Amino acid sequence: MQKQAIFQSRLLPYALVAPQLAIVLIFFYWPALQAVVQSFLLQDAFGLSTTFVWFDNYIELFRDRAYFEAIVRTFLFSFAIALSSLSFALLLAVMADKPLRGSMLYRTLLIWPYAVAPPVVGVLWIFMLHPSLGVLARYLRAMGIDWNPLLDGDQAAALIILAAAWKQISYNFLFFLAGLQAIPRSVFEAAAIDGARPMRRFWTVTFPLLSPTIFFLLVVNIVYAFFDTFGIIDTMTRGGPGTSTVTLVYKVYSDGLLGGNLGSSAAQSVILMVMVIVLTGIQFRFVERKVTY
Amino acid sequence: MVEEEGFRRYVAHAILWIGIAIVAFPVYIAIVASTQDNALIANGQMSLLPGGHFFEVYYQTIFVGTSGSTREPVGNMMLNSLVMALLIAVGKIAISIISAYAIVYFRFPFRMPIFWIIFITLMLPVEVRIYPTYKIVADLHMLDSYAGLALPLIASATATLLFRQFFMTVPDELLEASRIDGAGPLRFFWDTLLPLSRTNMAALFVILFILGWNQYLWPLLITTRDDMQTIQVGIRKMITTTDALTEWPVVMATAVLAMLPPVFVVVAMQKLFVRGLVETEK
Repeated sequence: MQKQAIFQSRLLPYALVAPQLAIVLIFFYWPALQAVVQSFLLQDAFGLSTTFVWFDNYIELFRDRAYFEAIVRTFLFSFAIALSSLSFALLLAVMADKPLRGSMLYRTLLIWPYAVAPPVVGVLWIFMLHPSLGVLARYLRAMGIDWNPLLDGDQAAALIILAAAWKQISYNFLFFLAGLQAIPRSVFEAAAIDGARPMRRFWTVTFPLLSPTIFFLLVVNIVYAFFDTFGIIDTMTRGGPGTSTVTLVYKVYSDGLLGGNLGSSAAQSVILMVMVIVLTGIQFRFVERKVTY
Repeated sequence: MVEEEGFRRYVAHAILWIGIAIVAFPVYIAIVASTQDNALIANGQMSLLPGGHFFEVYYQTIFVGTSGSTREPVGNMMLNSLVMALLIAVGKIAISIISAYAIVYFRFPFRMPIFWIIFITLMLPVEVRIYPTYKIVADLHMLDSYAGLALPLIASATATLLFRQFFMTVPDELLEASRIDGAGPLRFFWDTLLPLSRTNMAALFVILFILGWNQYLWPLLITTRDDMQTIQVGIRKMITTTDALTEWPVVMATAVLAMLPPVFVVVAMQKLFVRGLVETEK
C-alpha cells in the first residue's frame, strides 16, 4: 500500500491533493449531500417554507405508478441492450479471434463506433427509421409493418434498444477479443484432439473460460444502459410517446426540468445513487475475483 | 494451432463483414444524406448514393448553421466542444497525477481518508447529482462558461487509482538516486516521474478526450446561450423544430462533424486507445 522510500514534507502533500479535494468536495459531495437532505424535506407551493417529512418523499415515489413503471422499464431496457449487444459482439469476437488474414483490419473497422456520442447515435438511428423519411422505414413499410415509433410506444422502445445496443457492440467486442486472446491456445488444441467439434468446443471450453469477461461486461453494459442512454433517448424520443421511453435518469432530468417537486426529484437522485453504489460494488468484488481467477 | 478448414474460414470472413456493415451503415447513411438536397430527403426519396451538395452543405453547416431561428455555426460549437474536451482531459490528468503522487510518496495525516474521499466519487456520476450541482454552478456564476462546463466533471477516481498503481511499480532506487543527486520532491516528480508516466498519460488522454467531447447531459443543462453550445447539444436543438422544418442535410453534416474528432483519435491512436480503455476499466 505504501512505498518504503518517501519524502518528508509537512505542507507539500496537502498542496498536491488540494485541487482534486476542492473539486470533489464542492462539486461532488456537497451536491450529493444536498440531494440527501432535500429528499427528506417538503417545500410548499411557493417555496417559502420547508418541513422535515422523514421518508414521505420516498413513500410517495414508490406509490407513484409512473415511477414504478420507469424502474421496470429501465431494467428491461438494460437487459435487452446488454443481451443483444453482448451476444452479437461475442459472435464477432469469436470470428475475429480465428487466425484469419486481415484480423487487425477487422478490429479497426469494428471498434470505432465506441467514439460516437450517444446523442449522435440517436440522431443517426432516428433518421434511418423516421416514419416519414427514413430509408429503413421504407422497407419496413414495404414488408407490411405499420412502423411509427413516434406514435407507438413499443416501437419507440425497440428503437432505443436497437440504437443503444449498436453503440455498445464495439466496446463489448474489444473486451471479448481481449478475453479470448488470453485463453491459452493449448486448451483448444486439447479439446480438438479429444475430438470436440467447433460448436462443442465453444460451449464447453471457450464460454466457461470467458465467463469472467462476460460477467464484467454484463455489469458495465447495465451501467451504460442506466446512464449513457440518456443522450440517445433525448435525441430520439424525448421519453415519448407518452412516457414509454422514460428511464430513471431521464425521469430525474425531466421532472427537475419542469421545476416541480424538489423533494421528489432529490429522492429519485438518492435512489439512483444507491443503485450506482450497488453496481460499482458488484463490479469491484468481481474484479477482485478476476485477479485470482 | 487448431487449423480451420477452408469453408469455416469463409464463414468467419462473411460474418465479420456483415458485422462491419451493420456497424458502418448508419454512418454511411449520414454521410450520404449530408450531400443531398433537403427537399428530396423530406419527401422520403433519399438516394442511397452520395449527392452533389457536399461543399454547399458543409460550408453552410460549419460557417452559417441552420436557417432557422437558432442560427449558430457548427464551427463555433466544435470549438466549444474542443475546449471542453481538452479542459476535462488535461484537468483530470493534472489533478489526478499530483494527488496520486502525494498519496504514494508522502506520509501525512488523513492520507488514507483523502484517498477514500477521492475514490468514492466513482459512485457519484453527474447523473445522480444534476440539479444540486447545477445550483452550485449557478451560485458560483459559472453558467455558460468553460469553467462551468469542465470543473464539475474534472475529478477522477479512475485516473488517480491508475497513477497510484503505476507509481507503486516505480522502483524505489530511482527516488534514492535522485535524492543523492540533491533533488527535492518537486524536482523528482518533474524530472523522473513525469517522463516515466508519459505512456500512461497518453493512453488516459485518449480515453478522457473522447469522454469529454461526448459529454451531453451536463452541457445541455448549464449552457443557455447559443454561442456556448457544444456540438452534441447543438445537434439536438436542430431537430427540435417540427419535422417539416428540420434541415436534414445540415443535421447529418453536424453528426458527421461531431463524430470526426473522436473517431479519428480511436483509429489513429488505436494502441493507446485500447490500452487506456482496458486500464481505466480495471
